[in-house]
Amino acid sequence: MLRYTLLRLLGAIPTLLLVIVLAFLMVHAAPGGPFDDERVLPADVEANIAKAYHLDESLPKQFVRYMSGLLRGDLGPSYRYRDHTVSELIRSGFPLSLQLGAMAITLALLAGVSAGTVAALRQDSLLDRVIMSFAMTGISIPVFVIAPVLVLLLAVKVHWLPAGWSGSAGAAKFVLPVFTLALPQIAYIARLTRASMIDVLGRDFIRTARAQGLSTSTLVRVHALKPAMLPVLSYMGPAIAAILTGSVVVEEVFGIPGLGQFFVRGALNRDYTLVLGIVIFYATLIVFLNLLVDILYGVIDPRVRYK
Amino acid sequence: MSLLEVSGLSIRYAGAAVVNDISFTVDEGESVGIVGESGSGKSQTALALLGLLPKQADVSGSVKLGGEEIIGATEQALNKLRARRVGIVFQDTMQALNPYMQIGKQVRQVLLQHQLAAGDAADRRVMEMLRRVGLPDPERQFRAYPHQLSGGMRQRVMLASALIAEPDLLIADEPTTALDVTVQAQILELLEDIRDNTALLLITHDLGIVAGRCERMLVFEKGRLVDAGPTTSLFASPGHAHTRALLDVAPRIDRGTFPAPIKASTILSVEAAEVVYEAGGSAQLRAVIDVDLSLRKGETLAVVGESGSGKSSLVRAILGLIPMHSGRVVYAGEALDGPVETRSIAQKRDFQLVYQDPVAALNPQMRVQSIVGEPLSVHEPSLSSQERIARVITTLQKVGLDDNYLRRYPHQLSGGQAQRVAIARALILEPSVLVCDEAVAALDGSVRAQVLALLRTEQNKTGLSIIFISHDLAVVRSISHRVLVMYMGHLVEFADCEKIFAAPRHPYTRALLDAVPVPDPVVSVRVAPLKGEVGSLLSPPSGCVFHPRCGYAKEICSERAPEPRDVGGSRVACHRADDIELTPQHP
Repeated sequence: MLRYTLLRLLGAIPTLLLVIVLAFLMVHAAPGGPFDDERVLPADVEANIAKAYHLDESLPKQFVRYMSGLLRGDLGPSYRYRDHTVSELIRSGFPLSLQLGAMAITLALLAGVSAGTVAALRQDSLLDRVIMSFAMTGISIPVFVIAPVLVLLLAVKVHWLPAGWSGSAGAAKFVLPVFTLALPQIAYIARLTRASMIDVLGRDFIRTARAQGLSTSTLVRVHALKPAMLPVLSYMGPAIAAILTGSVVVEEVFGIPGLGQFFVRGALNRDYTLVLGIVIFYATLIVFLNLLVDILYGVIDPRVRYK
Repeated sequence: MSLLEVSGLSIRYAGAAVVNDISFTVDEGESVGIVGESGSGKSQTALALLGLLPKQADVSGSVKLGGEEIIGATEQALNKLRARRVGIVFQDTMQALNPYMQIGKQVRQVLLQHQLAAGDAADRRVMEMLRRVGLPDPERQFRAYPHQLSGGMRQRVMLASALIAEPDLLIADEPTTALDVTVQAQILELLEDIRDNTALLLITHDLGIVAGRCERMLVFEKGRLVDAGPTTSLFASPGHAHTRALLDVAPRIDRGTFPAPIKASTILSVEAAEVVYEAGGSAQLRAVIDVDLSLRKGETLAVVGESGSGKSSLVRAILGLIPMHSGRVVYAGEALDGPVETRSIAQKRDFQLVYQDPVAALNPQMRVQSIVGEPLSVHEPSLSSQERIARVITTLQKVGLDDNYLRRYPHQLSGGQAQRVAIARALILEPSVLVCDEAVAALDGSVRAQVLALLRTEQNKTGLSIIFISHDLAVVRSISHRVLVMYMGHLVEFADCEKIFAAPRHPYTRALLDAVPVPDPVVSVRVAPLKGEVGSLLSPPSGCVFHPRCGYAKEICSERAPEPRDVGGSRVACHRADDIELTPQHP
């Protein structure tokens, strides 16, 4: 297991390297630079700034410089948020994003698995059809449509929930963003759970358990739930990635000062180091979480052995 | 009043009856066998007794257990009855036990569900039960997962879970079908020993099992109960033509003439074959160890042994499908080595293979004509499409299928028809060696008899040589000229069919023969089954690999591995081959 974990971590290095190179090339390929402004700077000032930030060097040289900093754990200074390093910005934005993401994924799992299980147990009933229609809707409508519509309905029209972030206190301000973020995942997990639960309930060992007189609830709890969760667990990697990208939009719509917002601003401002830093941070996070998912897979399915 | 009273039971799916107006009873403590071919409705009947049929099933009639009606009972009422009054054992325990759950917990769940015990007391009862069904080291095995146990051990666990709540009736649905013959004997013996006064309803396709074990038997055909009565009288004078037919096609290890040995020249010889698998890290698994064999023209050579004996590995290595670690294969005077991809097209053509599961061996997206004709497109690409079709039609006729089958897909074929198509695909190239890997194991008795007759006819006509891998010794006896017995990768005995069956020289051969059930209650004498299971190939026993299970083992057997040698015309690997007398109980 330890050997497997170490090997997987080593295997992640080329992946991360590829991500870094691609992200580096892409931010630099985007037209404009971090110090372009409506107010045009005098040429000599511009040259000085470029020199100070080494933007006058060739791209390979800049890359080497960036990488050598990265290896020392230094993500560099932000180009636009003067006086702040990228690490500081990530530290300030991430806790809120993490909180949001964790709440969304928890909600998605609880609601998705319950809805999917109920639908599977009542296969082809009206309830099953209703749940699956909702799930289909949840998958079809993108976050950037759901978010404003929910704000309009629940916050602007009926005033049940706060529309924005700042100024509102308490847990209520989490409701809309978390729900918006979780909705497509609830829908997807519900569909996955339903399909895999139907598959598991049709297996021979479930028939054995029924022949032992187990009630349906015990059957699901003791025998079916664990194996039915395997496809859901595999989906956790992509789900987490989807929540991270979703949070970029959601934070922007609800004005939440999380990492997503820094990312959007950073991209718009050509804040090279900030964008790169967040990309690397997220990529590392996703690699780790995927590893965790694979290890959990082995915990659920004893036939999977890591060598 | 009988314990179980079934009257007028019918089961329909979308109007089509799979079980039609069946009535029978089982008394307390009685053992009743249900026999029939696949599709006869025997398993459906078993599921109906527990109310386990799917929702789509339309069930009518009455099933009374101790006076209580089961058909139409609520799920709650059924749950009180299941396991507590009726236990069931299924076949294919890899699927029938939960692969994600420790076996001890699965057995314990029965006690918890029926509130028969809780906490430590429950654990103790489970371990006691596991001990009774013969699981070694129950404390440790409690935490084992099904895949960590052998098939025989899993079936013991299944039996423990079915009996732990002390039901009045035990249903065993093909409980030994996927098991090796020596393990089958152990399980059947255990079933008899452990059930005490629990009535037994034993469902099987194997008349031999019923003959030795059941007081009464019921014969099912296409959803109908066609014959019933005491086992001895039904075997002696069948009341129905179908019972007669089943008895006629049941292969018997105790009678019939032996195929006369073939005197033709050797076309394939194998010397010192070794197959080694990497088993992770530096561990090596030696699947085939120093095996010699020869195959004559027009001969059927059977390779027999339990799972893990290396019989399939040996043959696959000869075919070049897996690497042969060392050894020499000579075919028609030429060395045959290297993987199949590197062999000449003529050599590939001369060896064809038929698998166990015909449906899985046929591409579901291809029609029969393309499946059977495909080898021609490789080996005789110059044929026009008319010529090819003509060849396909002649070959299909050989295997007894007319041209109505040309445009069918595999799923539109029965098991027997699919196996004929697979054989036609192998025969269309007119190979000189046909390898049948458990090719009739999945077929019903009547179909199996037809397929075997087909192989025999083809052999007589064309001088085809056949390598017949099988675990079923009764079948082997009827068609093989010579038999190679393997155990844990070693050649154990290699001799003419008659010598193997009438005068075995190796204790393992004898044990295998004794374990085969005979479909005749008069002949069926029970002997103590071979103890233990096949050892681990990763750490094989010292000396003779069979010595831990051998009743004749002496000191030398654990010290030195026996070399195969000639004893009375048989090739035997046993230190004691000349000083022990081994007469099988059914010569």
